[in-house]
Parts: sequence; C-alpha cells; structure tokens
Amino acid sequence: MGIVAVDKEAIRKMKPPVVHRGAIGWLKDNLFNGVFNSILTLVFLAFLLRFVPPFIKWAFIDSVWFTTGDVCKECPGACWSVVLKNLRFVIFGFYPHDLHWRPFGAMLLLFTLLFFSYHKRFWSKKLGYAWIIGLVAMGILMKGGIFWLTPVDSMKWGGLPLTMILSVFGLAAAYPLGVILALGRDSHMPMIRYLSIGYIEMIRGVPLISLLFMSSIIFPLFLPEGVTINKILRAQVAIILFTAAYVAEVVRGGLQGMSRGQYEAADALGLNYYQTMRLVILPQALKIVIPPTLSVLISAFKDTSLVVIIALYDFLLTSKTVIQNPEWNGFSTEMYLFVALMYFLGCFSMSNFSRKLEQELDTDKRS
Amino acid sequence: MTDTTDPIIQVKNLNKWYGDFHVLKNINLEVKRQEKIVICGPSGSGKSTLIRCINRLEEHQKGKIIVDGIELTNNLKNIETIRTEVGMVFQHFNLFPHLTILDNLTLGPIWVRKTPKKQAEETAMFYLEKVKIAEQANKFPGQLSGGQQQRVAIARSLCMKPKVMLFDEPTSALDPEMVKEVLDVMVQLSEEGMTMIVVSHEMGFAKTVAQRVMLMDDGMILEENNPIDFFENPQHERTQFFLSQILH
Repeated sequence: MGIVAVDKEAIRKMKPPVVHRGAIGWLKDNLFNGVFNSILTLVFLAFLLRFVPPFIKWAFIDSVWFTTGDVCKECPGACWSVVLKNLRFVIFGFYPHDLHWRPFGAMLLLFTLLFFSYHKRFWSKKLGYAWIIGLVAMGILMKGGIFWLTPVDSMKWGGLPLTMILSVFGLAAAYPLGVILALGRDSHMPMIRYLSIGYIEMIRGVPLISLLFMSSIIFPLFLPEGVTINKILRAQVAIILFTAAYVAEVVRGGLQGMSRGQYEAADALGLNYYQTMRLVILPQALKIVIPPTLSVLISAFKDTSLVVIIALYDFLLTSKTVIQNPEWNGFSTEMYLFVALMYFLGCFSMSNFSRKLEQELDTDKRS
Repeated sequence: MTDTTDPIIQVKNLNKWYGDFHVLKNINLEVKRQEKIVICGPSGSGKSTLIRCINRLEEHQKGKIIVDGIELTNNLKNIETIRTEVGMVFQHFNLFPHLTILDNLTLGPIWVRKTPKKQAEETAMFYLEKVKIAEQANKFPGQLSGGQQQRVAIARSLCMKPKVMLFDEPTSALDPEMVKEVLDVMVQLSEEGMTMIVVSHEMGFAKTVAQRVMLMDDGMILEENNPIDFFENPQHERTQFFLSQILH
C-alpha cells in the first residue's frame, strides 16, 4: 500500500499500435475477410465486369455526338446528338431563339449567387442585398418590357430557367413559412395553434398534383371576371404552400429536441418570446434538423417536375418534347440519362451544402 | 450589514398544485436585502419549485409573491422586469451551446437591458475575471468542464446586475473535484453583499455563508434557524433524520 510507482519515461515512449498493413493487408481485412465476404466480393466483381465495360463502350466508344437523327439510327452506340443538337430547346424551351442570352444571363447570375452563398465566409449583409438586386435583375431579364428589352410572355418561359425559378423561389419562401408554421403549432395561443395544425394537416393530406390542379383549374374560377393570375405564379404558390407544411413538421421535430433548460435560461435572463426564439431556440433547433430539412427541400426540388401536368414546359417536359419529334424518336435513354444527370447535380450539391453547413455550425466539438 | 429591515422578497401563503398534487403548502418567507438563505430537504420536497416560483419559471395558484415591490401576476411586463432583477443559476448550467462564452454573457444585457455591445462586453469580461475564467471567453460551452460552465453561468447572471440571485442545486451535477471552485465563487459573491437564496445540501457552504437555513419537506418549511443551531441542535425530528442521513 502507499504510493504506486509510475514509470513516466516508459509511458511517454509508448506509441499507438500501427494499423496500416499495406495493400494486401487492406484487401484481406476489408474484401476477403471470411468466406461469406469473399463470395460477396467475387460476385460484385463479376457484376461490375459484366456491366461496366459494355456501358463504357456504348456511352463513349461507339457513341455519336454531333450528328443528325438519321445517322444516329445506324449507330450501335449512344446518340448524344439528341441532347446536344437540341440543347438550346431543352434548356430554354419556347423562349424566343434570338433572346436566349437573357435566360442564360439570369441563370448565370443565379449560379453566381448560389456559389457565393455556398461558402459561409461570404455570408454578410452585402450578400443579402446582392440576392435582392440579383432576383430583381433576373426577373427583368426573363420578363423584359423595360429598358430596351423586348417583353417575353411568361407562357414562353420554359426549360431549365423555369425549373430553377420554381425551385429557388419555392424553397426560399417555403423555408421561413415552414418555420413560422412550426412555431405556430407549438404556440400557447389556441387560435394560432389550431390554425397551424389545420393548415399543416390539410396540405399534407393531399398530393402535390392535386394542389397544382386546383391552382391551375379551380382557383381561377373564384377570381372576379377579368382578373387573371399568371399560371407560373399559381404553380409557384402551390409548391411553396406544399413544401412549407413539410418543412414545418421537420422544424417542429427540432423544437421538440430542445431541452426545457434552454427556454428557462432564456426566460430567467428576461428575454421575451421573440428574442428567446430568434436568439436561443431556433439557431439550435434549425441546426439539429439540417439533414431532414435538406431531404424535404431536395424532394421539393424534384417535385417541381410535376408542373408538367398543368402544361408548364419545365426542364423535364422540354426534354420529353424533343424525343417525341420523329427525327429523334427512339433516343429517350440518352435524353433521360442527361435529365437524370442534371437533377443529380442539383440534388448532390444541395446534399453537399447541407453537410458543409452542419460542420461549419457545429460548436459542440471539443478542440 | 445584514440587519437591513426592508424585505426584497415576500412570499405570503403560497400554494401550488401540479394537477391534484399539492407541491407547495402555505409557504411564508421574507428575504431581507443582502440576506443569504440556504434551503435543504429531500428531493420532491418542493424546494426547487419554490425558488422557481420566485422568478415565475413556475406559476403559483394561491398566495402572493412580491419581489422588490412588484407583485408577480400574469402581467408579462412585470414578469420580465422581475426576471431582469432576479438572477438564476441552474443545476445543469443551461448555457447556450451555440454561442461563445462571451456571447452567452452579453446576450441578456444587449437584448434586455439594451446595453451597447462594447460596454456589455467590458462588463462580461469583468465578471469573467471575477469567476477566474477570462481566458475562455471565445470558447464554446461544450469545450469547458462542468465547474467552468457553472462559473460562466454565474457570471452570465451577474452581467444582468441582478438584485437577488437564486441557485437551484448549483453543485449537484458537478464532479466532486469541481464543487469547490463553484462554491468559492458563491462565497465571494455573498461577501460582496448579494442577496442569495440557495437550494443546496452543501453544509459547509451553508455554515459559512447563510444567515438562515431551512428544511423543506412535503411542500412545507418545517424548520428554520441560524446555521449553528440548525446543524448542531435541530428541533424537528424530520430535520434530525435528514441531517443524520446526509452526514452519515
């Protein structure tokens, strides 16, 4: 008994065990670790060998890129010409051909703004103003009618700019609306609570398609004669209302994850309801629910393609229109692969953004 | 110093129920300015509920609570005023994990007291020095030990320049080695004349600091006395039993 002898020198010299064992060791540990795993590895390899080389041959070696539809019909490989030859229509729809630079400029502006918003270090008041100016400029570019710009009727908008407009405005407006609805549903005031519950449950109870139909067919019947509301705007509002209900439920989940102690600490300092929510509760609750929120927003982005059913020529419908043209009949695979790739790029960057945001806002880490 | 007769907190015939459960039964309590009171008692006896009623984290159903001349009613303005005058330290610290230590301290002064940011930060640094933790100002709560977090929580309350401080078992969630650093801060605070109501079982602290020690059980204050008589010569058999249990 008494003081236990400690050999400090020996302890300091100890190193963590080396785990790296070279390529062979890695293979053994990860791919051929036991009979079952070895069989799985071999089956998967066989699968890759069976399908990957033929795909590469079809997509890149035997493929044609800048030909007419007739040449394509003779070709054994992929006919990417269907995409490239019709690219302007696929992207811009029925927007007047010689004015394509305007939606192009609008999209360029949008991507620039999105790029800067992607990095937290650019977040500032200036970026907020840039967004406001940018959105107005995009509207002017698309619509025209002032300065020397020829007006373009919004019925001619289509393709990628339409998809981007519906998504960006849809998500940007649905998010704050969803947060307000979530707060409403948790409110102590019965009127506000029941209104919020009623709204959320009603919207979640119907498919987006039915909302779009209502906005496009039923809603105009209630307007006084002579008053019309732009079809794109109506679809846009339907998307916002729909997405907001889902965002609200996700945010409510985050609010329930907050401990009573946070509310009490804020109360004890004398903060009022709005200050408590804005400064203490929401910054934490919204951070917790970044992954499910982004899931909702990503599916909303993809759901914008449902506007085809009310005959808005979004990106998916312009693509479909091309392959219905007799010259390009039979090349739907190539076209849909291209569409899928574009949607994937959109969704994947949103996923990346969510992961990055989570890391940057993580203050619980010890360092 | 402690014979100031003007009471800062008056609790008269206070009653509270959770549903049918009678948590606080006819509580009467007067706290003079600069007085220090320690409340002990078994868990579930209502001691935390009592001090939480004083800054309206809990609503009472019967009786009166008057803090610094203002009666606690449903009037939101009065509640907010009282909360700015009454600081509270919690068992689980309840720091805001998404804000730095400095931002935790300046939040109340900037938004409630409308203090300019620069001045609020100077005050915050002053109190961080006082609780000996100034070098951690730019860290986040999750990076600090329990004892450090509790000292930050005390500093956060002090930044509001409260007239009364309530402590709800401030050391019972701490590792044993960190209890003293928090108690030291509280002793120092009491020496500077702060009015304090402390729910705690730290007998050493009660003996050094308190003018009155109370035992609560089953929603009632059963015994109150100066610390020497309370610990050396308890009258109520419930107090005797309680002390025999915690002093082993």
